[in-house]
This record gives sequence, C-alpha cells and structure tokens, in this order.
Amino acid sequence: MSLDASQFVFLVTALVIVVSALFVVTARNLVHAALWLIATFAGMAVIFVLLNAGFLALVQVVVYIGAISILIIFAIMLTRRVMQDTGPQTNANWYWGAVVAVGVLVAALTMLQLPNALTLGASSLVPGFSSAPLPQPAEFADAAAFNTATLANLGLALSSPDHYLLPLLLVGALLAVAMVGSINIARDDKERE
Amino acid sequence: MDFFLNPLGFIREWLLSLLTSIGITGPAGDFALIVLGTVVVGGLGLTLPLALIYIERRLIGRFQDRIGPNRVGPEGIFQTVADAIKLLIKEDITPLGADKFIYNLAPIMAVVSVLTMWAILPFSYNVFGTDLNVGALYFVSVGSLGTLAIMLGGWASNNKYALLGAFRTVAQMVCYEVPMILAILVPVLLASSMSMNAISAAQDQVWFLFSAPVAAFIFFLTSVAETGRAPFDLLEAESEIVAGFNIEYSGMKFGMFFVGEFLHAFTVGALTATLFMGGWTGPFADQYPLLGMLYFSLKAFIAYFVVIWMRATFPRIRIDHMLELNWKFLVPLALGSIVVTMLVDKLYAEFLQALFVEGARAYVRGGLLLLGNLALAAGAMVIATRAARYMRLKEESDKYMPVVEAEHGHDDHGHDDHGHEPHGVVAAAH
Repeated sequence: MSLDASQFVFLVTALVIVVSALFVVTARNLVHAALWLIATFAGMAVIFVLLNAGFLALVQVVVYIGAISILIIFAIMLTRRVMQDTGPQTNANWYWGAVVAVGVLVAALTMLQLPNALTLGASSLVPGFSSAPLPQPAEFADAAAFNTATLANLGLALSSPDHYLLPLLLVGALLAVAMVGSINIARDDKERE
Repeated sequence: MDFFLNPLGFIREWLLSLLTSIGITGPAGDFALIVLGTVVVGGLGLTLPLALIYIERRLIGRFQDRIGPNRVGPEGIFQTVADAIKLLIKEDITPLGADKFIYNLAPIMAVVSVLTMWAILPFSYNVFGTDLNVGALYFVSVGSLGTLAIMLGGWASNNKYALLGAFRTVAQMVCYEVPMILAILVPVLLASSMSMNAISAAQDQVWFLFSAPVAAFIFFLTSVAETGRAPFDLLEAESEIVAGFNIEYSGMKFGMFFVGEFLHAFTVGALTATLFMGGWTGPFADQYPLLGMLYFSLKAFIAYFVVIWMRATFPRIRIDHMLELNWKFLVPLALGSIVVTMLVDKLYAEFLQALFVEGARAYVRGGLLLLGNLALAAGAMVIATRAARYMRLKEESDKYMPVVEAEHGHDDHGHDDHGHEPHGVVAAAH
C-alpha cells in the first residue's frame, strides 16, 4: 500500500495528536499539560487544513491556541505555586471519565467502520462519518478556488436571516451576558455602591 | 518568460529546469522549491534586523541629539554585526530550577511567530510567499503565538521578575489584540476579501489610510503595543521589574528575543503598508512587479519610521492607563469605525454609486468614508475629553473633600474655592 503526501501528513499529525493528548492527561506539571494541549490543538488545525477548511484551521489557532490555552496557562500561573506544582492527575471520579472516553471511542469507531465490516461499502450510519474519500470539488479549478467559494458561502450563511443569523446573534447575546456577569462577580463590593 | 514581468515565475522555471536536469521532477521538485522559498524568505527576515537595528539606533540618536553608533565600519554600519558576534560567543546560561525545554523553546517561538507572518506579505502583485484567502486571520493567529512565547519564557525562567513581566505581557498583548482584530475588519470589509494581495489591489485608487483613517490609527497603535515597544514597553520596564520576561536570557537566546522584537516592529510597518497604504500599488506597479516591490519597501519603511519616531518621542505609559486606553477608548472606537464603514459603504453602494461615472466612483466612495471617519473621530474626541474632565474632577473631589471636611467640619468654604489647591496649602491657610 502506497501513501500519498496528504495521507502521510495525516498519519504523522494523527500520531502527534494522540501522543500529545496522552501527555496532557499524564503530565505531572500543569503548565506542561497545557503545552501538550496546545500541541493537540495545533495538530487539529493541521487536520482542518488537510480537509480543505483553511478558515476553520485558523479559527482553531486563534481561539484555542491564542485565547483558550493562554487563559488556561494564565489561570495556572495565578493560582498555583510557580514551577514546583505537581500533584495527582486523577480524582475520585476518574473511572467515570474512563468509561465515557472508551464509550466515545467505541461509538466513533463503530460509526466509521461498521458499514465496511458489514460490507455495506463506503456508506456510513451517520452522514459525514464516511470513510470514503472526500468528494472532489469538480466545478472549481483548484483547491484555492474551492476554499474561497466555501469561505464566501460560510459568510453568507452566517449573515443570512434564512440560515444562521439568529443563532449567531443568540450566541453573541449569550457571550455578552456571560461577560457582564463575570465582570459583576469579579469587581469589588465597594465599587458596586 | 521575462524576468521583469514575473520575477518569481522566471526564477521558478529556471530552478525547475535545473532540478529536472539533475533528475528531480514532479512533486519532489515542487516540494524542493517550496522549501527553498521558505528558506529564502526566512533568511531575509532573519538578516533584516541587522540593518534595522543599525537604522533604528542611528535614528534614535538623531532624535535625541546625539550621533549614535559610528565607529565600526564606515558610519558604523558594522556595529550590529559586531554586536551579533558578541552575543554568539557569550556564555549560554540556564538558570537553576528553570524548565529547560520550555526555557529553550520560548525564544525560538518568539522569532517563529514573527517570521511566519512574512509568508503572506505581498511584495508585489506576483511576488509573494502565498496568497491565503484567509490572510488577515492567518496573521492574527500567528501573532497570538508570540504572546505564548513571551509568557512561557517568563514562566520557565524561574524568576519572579520574569514572571511579573510575563503577566504584564498577557494583560497588554491579549487586550490590544481585540481592537487590532476589529481594526483589521475594516480593510477586509472595504476590499471584500481577507487575502492580503486582494486588500492591496483594492487600494489601487484610494488608500485605506484615507478611507479608513480611524481604523488605520487603531491598527497602527495596537500593533505597536503588540510588539511591546515604547511607549508600550511596560513588559520590560527596567525601573520596576528589572528587565521583564527576558531577564534570565543571555547570549543568543536573548538575541533571538531581540531579533524577534525588531523584526516584529518592521513587520508592523509592512502590514500597515499592506493593509492601509496600498501595499505594492503605485504608478506602473501592475506592469513592472519590481517597481511594486520598491513601492512596498518604501511604504513599509515609512511606517517603520513612524514606529521609531513614536518610540523616541513618547514616555512609557502607566499600566492602568494602558488598560483604560484599550478598553474604554480603542475598543469602542474600533466598533464605531466598523459601524460607520458598513453604513457609509452600503448607503453609497445602494443610492449614490449610480450617479457617478466609473472613474470617479472610487474617489467619491473614499471621500464619503473619510467624512464619516472624521465625524466619528470628532465625536470620539469630544466624548473622551468630557470623560477625562469628569474623571479628573471626581478624583480631585475624592482626594480633597473628605480631608477638608474632617479638618474644618461644616465651614462655609465650598470645595469649589480651593478644590484645585494642594491639600497642604489649604491646611496651612487655615
């Protein structure tokens, strides 16, 4: 079996994601765990690129690496003793987590591989979970043209009342409420008067 | 293929034929060319600071009425080379208790985060690394890695001053990212594209500096804050936290932070040139790409000169002022700038565009946007002035009133009589 370039990149990236995800839960130092988490996020961004979703890949980097990871690291630095902080990685509920993780893995593998095992061909139980190769964008000259058209469609869908404008506005309102609430909790009692 | 019409294409053809002659063809040849291009752009980016540091030191010298480095080589042009050699041969110290891997990773990340921005800079209409359709977002996402690098460097050094510097960095860089992203949205709106090349091309007639001056101002200011240079250099305020996040770094690791900072400053100039000053556009630039490269470099250096000018002119901003400037002034102003741009541009396209001839449209649109921006700027200045006066009066009344009341009880002096006098004078007078 010969690999083409994108399959090779996928295998390497998948390996990086799995290994760094393992280190996230096994690292004894919390900052190290956060760094491994960043490696996982970066791997996910590469997967998005492989799927011709450049916009999602960059959003992944901006939101998860640029904002959420920094928030996590900042929280660790502010709340723990610097450098020396190591502790047990598990708490009393670890077996529930293990059950859920194994369940999700089995479910995903089932959805991906069951149709093949039952010789149903490449079709899948859930649309989008197919192991068939991605449909080639036939009407576009190349991947770049396809990406630009996808990006334009995404923008139109998010700003059209017929599609996702209302959910988008609701998410915005929810975030605004969350932000006002957190500021209200964080500020001093004195300032509230 | 003519070199003067398509320099990159010409070099590419030539190299491909060279590679074919030694037996490398197909995807392997393309891959080799991509690697080569990356190395060339990266090498250019890494050697550029040698010149930038010299230029900046000489300029700052002139600003401060002194000469600047002038000993090594003619007019001192080899000073930076000598400094770089000195940095290279210095002892490389890792502090006790430092987190070695992260400590060594941080300077590399700091340089990488800046260098990767060069991949999307369009030097001319057909001379660029890559023309991403999400270029504006790419540059934001890559820039956020710089924050991470400084934070990890500060944390891994096992030094409380380094950590304090890292905290300040996060407060500053994460905050100033918000108005910067909002300001980038305005050229993206005006050009209807996130590709850097398309944004440059859209400014062929009217620069976005004129049709979106407020956004240009915010972008420039916040980008300078992102680089952490004066007046936004509180992350390395010597008088308070010794040297900030890079206090424990020595030798070339410090040198990499240094190179990263200077390259970032120039990249800010290049990005300002691309987003707001037309990039490579100019007379005849669409026929001769090399001319476009010249225009681009000139504009980038003009913007970079303003960065240096700011550094030489303004004193360091206080940390609470830094945060208030961001959240209470720049963020609302950036949001207002987006709303004004959207409204003016849409109304113009709906009602006015048909009234004008083809050649005049870009200028009419630019003029209307300029008027909208000027109104916004005037409104913002009025509100900011009033808010500042209100805050000053409130602070003064908070400061003096209780003391005056406690010492004199209910005497007949209103606080208006001596509200502006220092308290000591008031006490002495009574």
